[in-house]
Amino acid sequence: MNAFLATVRRDLLLALRRKSEVLTAVFFFVIVTSLFPLGIGPEAVLLKKIAPGILWVAALLATLLGLPRLFATDHVDGTLEQMVLSPSPLGLLVAGKILAHWLLCGLPLVLLAPLLGLQFDLDASALGILTLALLLGTPLLSLIGAIGAALTLGVRGGGVLLALLILPLYIPALIFGAGAVEAHIAGLDASGHLSLLAAMLALAVFFAPWATTAALRVALE
Amino acid sequence: MRQSIVQWFRFASPQSFYPLAGRMIPWFWAAAIVFGIAGLWISFFVAPTDAQQGEGYRIIFVHVPASWMSMFIYLVMAFWAGLGLALNTRVSAMMAQALAPTGALMATLSLVTGSLWGKPMWGAWWVWDARLTSELILLFLFLGFMALQAAIDDPRRADKAGAILALVGVVNIPIIYFSVKWWNTLHQGSTINLNKAPSMAQTMLWGMLLMALAFWMYSIAVALMRVRAIILERERNTEWVKHALE
Amino acid sequence: MHWNSVGEFFAMGGYALYVWGSFGACALLMIVEPFLARRRLTQARTILARERLADELDLQQKNS
Repeated sequence: MNAFLATVRRDLLLALRRKSEVLTAVFFFVIVTSLFPLGIGPEAVLLKKIAPGILWVAALLATLLGLPRLFATDHVDGTLEQMVLSPSPLGLLVAGKILAHWLLCGLPLVLLAPLLGLQFDLDASALGILTLALLLGTPLLSLIGAIGAALTLGVRGGGVLLALLILPLYIPALIFGAGAVEAHIAGLDASGHLSLLAAMLALAVFFAPWATTAALRVALE
Repeated sequence: MRQSIVQWFRFASPQSFYPLAGRMIPWFWAAAIVFGIAGLWISFFVAPTDAQQGEGYRIIFVHVPASWMSMFIYLVMAFWAGLGLALNTRVSAMMAQALAPTGALMATLSLVTGSLWGKPMWGAWWVWDARLTSELILLFLFLGFMALQAAIDDPRRADKAGAILALVGVVNIPIIYFSVKWWNTLHQGSTINLNKAPSMAQTMLWGMLLMALAFWMYSIAVALMRVRAIILERERNTEWVKHALE
Repeated sequence: MHWNSVGEFFAMGGYALYVWGSFGACALLMIVEPFLARRRLTQARTILARERLADELDLQQKNS
């Protein structure tokens, strides 16, 4: 457990030294969501209807932006190889790195989403559901994304390839995440969507670090 | 018992699989052609006109087999890839690599025929129907697998990375399918479905099964052809390949 | 057999474009794909044959 926390702490500290990288993803999220009303028109009814989808797709893409760096810098300076050789299980260290990625790339989106939701005329309870859905969904995005980041580690054209591999796997999260908010706006109960998101998160917490570890070992062979 | 297992592993070496595949290919082609002719005969001359969809329903005789095969090939591909990862057998990983383009082709055919069916029936080339959407995602998964393997230069690493991706995909496919279906019912999907001809006569089912068999045999034949090419490309520096061409 | 004439068969009850389009697309791709697979195999063979020829020439030069 100590190794896990140490990895999280280390990644957070490293990110604090390079603040711009974290801020890029956040700004990307803000800009993309603000572009949609400009492209579609300022009609409040329509914007309210498409808000959950837009916010979720933007969150998806913003998470994707930080993923190539998840293992790349550690791979270049040799830290990753040290991690593989270290006595503490690699899965635990990988889980720590994923958690750090979520804290840096996922959590800011969750915190910003209600503010951006205001731009789309969502009411307070819908904003609550949106935040809750993102809180459950963004860790899922980080976990699945880590598998793709490990698979494309050091591969040419890695960033684009990562998007091609990972985006189809993000579809369930997108459907249930955006669906929860849509259901709530339509006056239906959103708890079904949210519990499915939670179930997928539980599944991913269990399997994704393991698959990521396997992919990392392949990449480092 | 032990003897037979050893026998099986013998075929797992590229050296003995290459000629074996070469001997099997004509048989699979023959089977594909026979089943194909029988299936086409039933689909055009035996199966009756559908009361609701007229002659347009005959598209299901290629659409449904293509959809089935695309899903089935993904499973088989993941199986061979997983086997290659677990047992480190080279041929199974090559087999997975050889199957992917055929799977992508089947998914493409399923989408093309689906939209050709959709235009007269739904009035649009594309409708976000649960099955068509899942098929599109499946195509993306095939393309992702192929792109990942193509991007990695070291073949052993490409095999293993592809295997992990294929296995992750297999775990995800049911979740994706279920979520797309859920999404579709929530948004009031189309009522007439491509895969349920309203009065599915016995002959229609036979036609579909025969065509599916033809597609299956075709897929095996093409995959074996491709795996032979892959074996030669990868094993070009080994002694046996130099003698195999005589 | 429920087609009265060849023309009726090809008209497919007004669905000619869609039905023949579907079957045609399948036929086309299923002819092209084996052709491509075949070409990949022959290409692999040609490269191997060339490499072997080069090896033999090397050997001859060394011997002479």
